Amino acid sequence: MPTNEELNKIASQVRRDIVRMVHQCQSGHPGGSLGCTDFMVALYFHALHHNLPFSMEGKGEDLFFLSNGHISPVWYSVLSRSGYFPISEMATFRKINSRLQGHPTTHEGLPGIRVASGSLGQGMSVAIGAAFAKRMDKDASLVYVLTGDGELDEGQVWEAMMSASHHKIDNLIVTVDWNGQQIDGATKDVMSLGDLEAKWKSFGWMVLHMNGNKMSEVVDTLAQAKALTGKGQPIVILMKTDMGYGVDFMMGSHHWHGVAPNDEQKDKALAQLEETLGLLLRHRA
Amino acid sequence: MLTDFPVTGKKATRDGFGDGLLAVGEQHSNVVALCADLIGSLKMNAFIKAFPDRFIQTGIAEANMMGIAAGLATAGKIPYTGTFANFSTGRVYDQIRQSIAYSDKNVKICASHAGLTLGEDGATHQILEDIGLMKMLPGMTVINPCDYNQTKAATIAIAEHHGPVYLRFGRPSWPIVIPESMPFVIGKGILMQEGTDVTIIATGHLVAYAMEAVQKLKEQGISAELINIHTIKPLDEEIILDSVSKTRCVVTAEEHQCNGGLGDSVAQLLARKNPTHQEYVAVNDSFGESGTPEQLLLKYGLGPDDVIAAVKEVMKRKGL
Repeated sequence: MPTNEELNKIASQVRRDIVRMVHQCQSGHPGGSLGCTDFMVALYFHALHHNLPFSMEGKGEDLFFLSNGHISPVWYSVLSRSGYFPISEMATFRKINSRLQGHPTTHEGLPGIRVASGSLGQGMSVAIGAAFAKRMDKDASLVYVLTGDGELDEGQVWEAMMSASHHKIDNLIVTVDWNGQQIDGATKDVMSLGDLEAKWKSFGWMVLHMNGNKMSEVVDTLAQAKALTGKGQPIVILMKTDMGYGVDFMMGSHHWHGVAPNDEQKDKALAQLEETLGLLLRHRA
Repeated sequence: MLTDFPVTGKKATRDGFGDGLLAVGEQHSNVVALCADLIGSLKMNAFIKAFPDRFIQTGIAEANMMGIAAGLATAGKIPYTGTFANFSTGRVYDQIRQSIAYSDKNVKICASHAGLTLGEDGATHQILEDIGLMKMLPGMTVINPCDYNQTKAATIAIAEHHGPVYLRFGRPSWPIVIPESMPFVIGKGILMQEGTDVTIIATGHLVAYAMEAVQKLKEQGISAELINIHTIKPLDEEIILDSVSKTRCVVTAEEHQCNGGLGDSVAQLLARKNPTHQEYVAVNDSFGESGTPEQLLLKYGLGPDDVIAAVKEVMKRKGL
């Protein structure tokens, strides 16, 4: 099991991958990807019990669904660096004939992906379905899903929240990337989320909080969430992150939600991120 | 009625779905069912009683239901979703498109109360665009059976087909014309009556009306060939091309808009492979309204006499 220090090193490499992927095609969503990097690294290299080779049905292993599919660069990086597909394939991101589509898809057969996402609000429902199947199959492993905070504007999310607690889906851990930003601006200006904790609680969920850009806190909170499964309630982690975390000029603004860095900005960003290639990145729980 | 296909009774196609669901649940332990607060309307009670642990009540939340179905399919289940056709398609088009069709999920979207024959509830619930919506999705199989027996057989058969399916059926009690023993083969039309003057291609409830029309046309000396197309996608091209090469004119009949339905699928095929005079019996760019199923079908031009009028019109054009 990697230490937090090792996880931080992996995260640094993943952030480099994100910047390079988005830069090489001059397209994609770096802001949310960088903000969620620590969470995704902690998940794939520490918390998630997952198996290779990839199996779509995922029986006997933990499953992850990315609902906010636009942060595909961070997912592609952790998938490739944990052995799902060749690292060199990241260079095809968003290019013609690639398995690394702009938004994640099963259609091109990329290992690690179980459902397409990008049109927002759908991932939690799919995760609930997968969690139901595990319950029916008496499979004790867990289902994780990441959703954006702007994504909570979608009504389907609230349908899913209501149904998960009604059906006592207690093998599900949802994480909300609470960066307070969406395309048109701050969430408080576009569509206020109000008292997010009270909303989830009133829908029957157990609510945890964490700083999603502090590795030790992410690792500990994921462990805490795991310990709360099986108690008749679904679990949500409200994860505070900084959009663009790790690259100083991308942080704290919605500007970098869906903008690619130019050559100069790419170099400036990479200079801030330690290169950790060569580290043993493949980890199997 | 046609000698090979006598009317043997009357029952709703949705009853065929309910009985088929129970049967397919007994055959496949992976079949699970979901419903958005319309268990009674969809006739799902028998399945739920037999397999309470394989049923999920989603409440009036169809978008969530489609997503849950996609998740179940990911894990190897064969989910059958049940709600009205309107809420099975238009309301959840993006969920079906992304989480089911584009994601190659083995979900069976089972849609009752399709078309005008939903009746008194009126246009808000009478979807007439669903075939078009569903057939445009890559990889989607679209099935619209004509009676109780065909719906029951289709409900069972689609479990053996891997991939998303849209199964469309309806509310009213309707003549049973397909023998109980007839196997349901996805994508294979049924030649119900041989004829030489005109080809009538009908789907769903309109098959019964087309049969009445064929009988009346026979009495008037017109020999009509009748094809029952229960699978609109993939379309049985062979049965249609063979027939029109003989009759050289075609009438399509369906409880759907002209735009995007069976008629358009047939026209597209014929335009490419054998351009043929065609008339549509379908709803002409209009919403429905409240009324009994029969009143509505007649008012909107979908009755047996409308089929006959279309036959005469297309035969006249063929002769020019």
